[in-house]
Amino acid sequence: MGKLRVVHYINQFFANIGGEEKADFPAELRVGEVVGPGLAFKASFKDEAEIIATIVCGDSYFNENLETAKAQILEMVKAQNPDVFIAGPAFNAGRYGVACGTVADMVSSELGIPAITGMYEENPGADMFKNKVLTIATKNSAAGMRDAVAKMAPLALKLAKNEKIGASCEEGYMPNGVRVNFFEKERGSKRAVKMLLSKLSGKPFTTEYPMPSFDRVDPNPAVKDMAHARVALVTSGGIVPKGNPDHIESSSASHYGEYDISGVFDLTSDTYETAHGGYDPCYANQDADRVLPVDVLRDLEKEGKIGKLHEKFYTTTGNGTSVASSKAFAAEFSAKLKADGVDAVILTST
Amino acid sequence: MVKEVERAGIPVVHICTVTPISLTVGANRIVPAIAIPHPLGNPAMTAQEEKAIRRQIVEKALDALQTEVSGQTIF
Amino acid sequence: MRLEMGHIHIKDIRFSEESKIVDGVLFVCEDEIRKIVLEDEKIKSVTFDIAKPGESTRITPVKDVIEPRVKVEGRGGIFPGVIAKVDTVGSGKTYALKGMAVVTAGRIVGFQEGIIDMSGPGADYTPFSKLINFVMVCEPEEGIEPHHYEQAVRLAGFRVAVRLGELAKELTPDETKVYETCGIKEGIEKYPDLPRVAYVHMLQSQGLLHDTYVYGVDAKKSLTTMMSPTEIMDGAIVSGNCVSACDKNTTYHHLNNPVIHDLFEEHGKTLNFVCHILTNENVYLADKMRSSDWTAKLCRMLDLDGVIVSQEGFGNPDTDLIMNCKKIEAEGVKTVIITDEYAGRDGKSQSLADADVAADAVVTGGNANQLIRLPKLDKVIGTLDYVTKIAGSSADAIMDDGSYEVELQVITGATNEMGFNCLSAR
Repeated sequence: MGKLRVVHYINQFFANIGGEEKADFPAELRVGEVVGPGLAFKASFKDEAEIIATIVCGDSYFNENLETAKAQILEMVKAQNPDVFIAGPAFNAGRYGVACGTVADMVSSELGIPAITGMYEENPGADMFKNKVLTIATKNSAAGMRDAVAKMAPLALKLAKNEKIGASCEEGYMPNGVRVNFFEKERGSKRAVKMLLSKLSGKPFTTEYPMPSFDRVDPNPAVKDMAHARVALVTSGGIVPKGNPDHIESSSASHYGEYDISGVFDLTSDTYETAHGGYDPCYANQDADRVLPVDVLRDLEKEGKIGKLHEKFYTTTGNGTSVASSKAFAAEFSAKLKADGVDAVILTST
Repeated sequence: MVKEVERAGIPVVHICTVTPISLTVGANRIVPAIAIPHPLGNPAMTAQEEKAIRRQIVEKALDALQTEVSGQTIF
Repeated sequence: MRLEMGHIHIKDIRFSEESKIVDGVLFVCEDEIRKIVLEDEKIKSVTFDIAKPGESTRITPVKDVIEPRVKVEGRGGIFPGVIAKVDTVGSGKTYALKGMAVVTAGRIVGFQEGIIDMSGPGADYTPFSKLINFVMVCEPEEGIEPHHYEQAVRLAGFRVAVRLGELAKELTPDETKVYETCGIKEGIEKYPDLPRVAYVHMLQSQGLLHDTYVYGVDAKKSLTTMMSPTEIMDGAIVSGNCVSACDKNTTYHHLNNPVIHDLFEEHGKTLNFVCHILTNENVYLADKMRSSDWTAKLCRMLDLDGVIVSQEGFGNPDTDLIMNCKKIEAEGVKTVIITDEYAGRDGKSQSLADADVAADAVVTGGNANQLIRLPKLDKVIGTLDYVTKIAGSSADAIMDDGSYEVELQVITGATNEMGFNCLSAR
């Protein structure tokens, strides 16, 4: 097998063209040349990979002619068709960091070529791109080049070889919102004791799971005329027709169910049950109205308190089902509910 | 899920037992339920009593849907 | 309270005419043990098998894992209030059979029994692949309620473990460890400069098939309470639950609670291990609020400086965990919490159902949704009938080559939230 092919992106400063006064240097492709930090990568790659081309671009030129520069660079990379693309490292240079993040993101998303970059964690490019591009955390100046290359080069090789990427703390990239399992050296309880001792003595410690922030959606206006409203039922409690015809999983559901309740006035133990594996199922199996109140809504419909109970209900098991899956399910059936003219939804959870 | 229904432009009420989770996941209209395995029922009651309490919760949910809210509200 | 733990290392298990332990080999008389299992008329039949590390063997559906122990000196007996009479345990001398376990298996009752692979990639994720397992597969009588069957199998496992433990009573342990904590005043006088630390242990108590018992008391019916940390070593807490296999605390985990053992390692050196606080994970919101209020209150009354909080299960118990953390921190007591994650198969989702800024020190047992390919193994103890139905699996888990593609969730003990394993995630 031949050597893996690498294209490297750097700015005017690292190409030894000049500092700020040369920052308007336009994008330039140097085929077959290894420039500046590229030499350190070359040494680190040994015989496994080679830099087949270096792209040099001034930071001002890139940021002031963004669309043109992006198009030019994309063409250059495409023509070289490398196995992996490396941008930087940019350390604490802000515009360089943003440029590295932008081109690396573009190369991976538009050309499907794996790409990485590296920069200091306070570089503005880090916050902008660390969730899109594997970004190695580096020191804040070029004095950290050796250390940066020592992490970037092996990760680039893994990407080029399409190998499994380890957790952020193993590989040295900034946490990117993708949780990856790995084996620590010490068991969890030992890590907890150590973390507590650090916390108690005011020493620094790193949580293994930083708390997320949640997004919010503004409430919709209230229902004006309930007596004529079409009300739909949705549940994460896993209520399904007896026998679970669509095999909704007891945990980590891969799909949702859509079931017709036209002419159904009461859910009984003979007709409905729960597929949910996260709670004691016997109460819901005895009487699924305890989770999905069809009986009461039929009464309210008869009495004219609501216009109509929508003929379909939607169901899945919330148990261990990822937020992204439930979000996708809900986005899909919400569109159906909207199209069917549903005015209000009652969502029940166990 | 509740947030996606809201995002689709349909007013939604979340009936659930663990209201702190509902607050965390971002539901706007929240009605507390009875218990996790039987949010809208109570096996300790007679069938009639149970249906009455289920109706109370559903009516509360309908009230919530008819109430303007500016942010997350537990009814 | 002072407890001396004697370890008897078991190197092999063999079937024999007579039950005994000789030179680290456990000989088991099947007929004798069968009688002990069948004392319960709800169990129709039982078969026994032995699974050793490295063998091409899969045990499923696994219900509980138990380490045999015997009380040699001091009050009470193993599993007080369940097998032995109610009496305060945790002092005197106890022997444990190390390197082995009793594993109960049998027809599924919920969705949440697990898999133990003795070799292959699955074996890396369960601590029980490293033990010699004495497996009992129980068949229920026709027509019995699932929860009665679950209870019958659970109790049979304890009886068998106690019987096997008794075989060690007259032996000399290979290794002895002493665990000792002191009274409140004594501790303050003895360790005036060490931070006062306790362990807040959340017990799964969500109802039928999701319960935990403390001295035989169903944890959901108890207010937050406390024990001496050595009591668990005599089986004060037993598992009675079928939450997802990866993060349920089996009775083995309770007997060998890693947080308690690791806090003991530091006791008197860097911290003063004050006590073991027990709280629950109930299904009513009022219970969750009351229990976490009480946890925080006890932490304050004990003048603690820090606590480690461990969870069991996931989903709504995440709220109990966050409530405990938030309220304890609000009392000025520093917390570290141990949990696991359900971040989706791609790792991109929110890991916990609840969150709060107070939870700034988290230890994770890994992402339970991560997929793993379990190859076909030569021998199955139990039955594969339920592999596609248990939590963490799916109808299309079976691959063409006979392997299973499932989530770590199905593997017994894989993402344990007491921090039993090295698995983590970032």
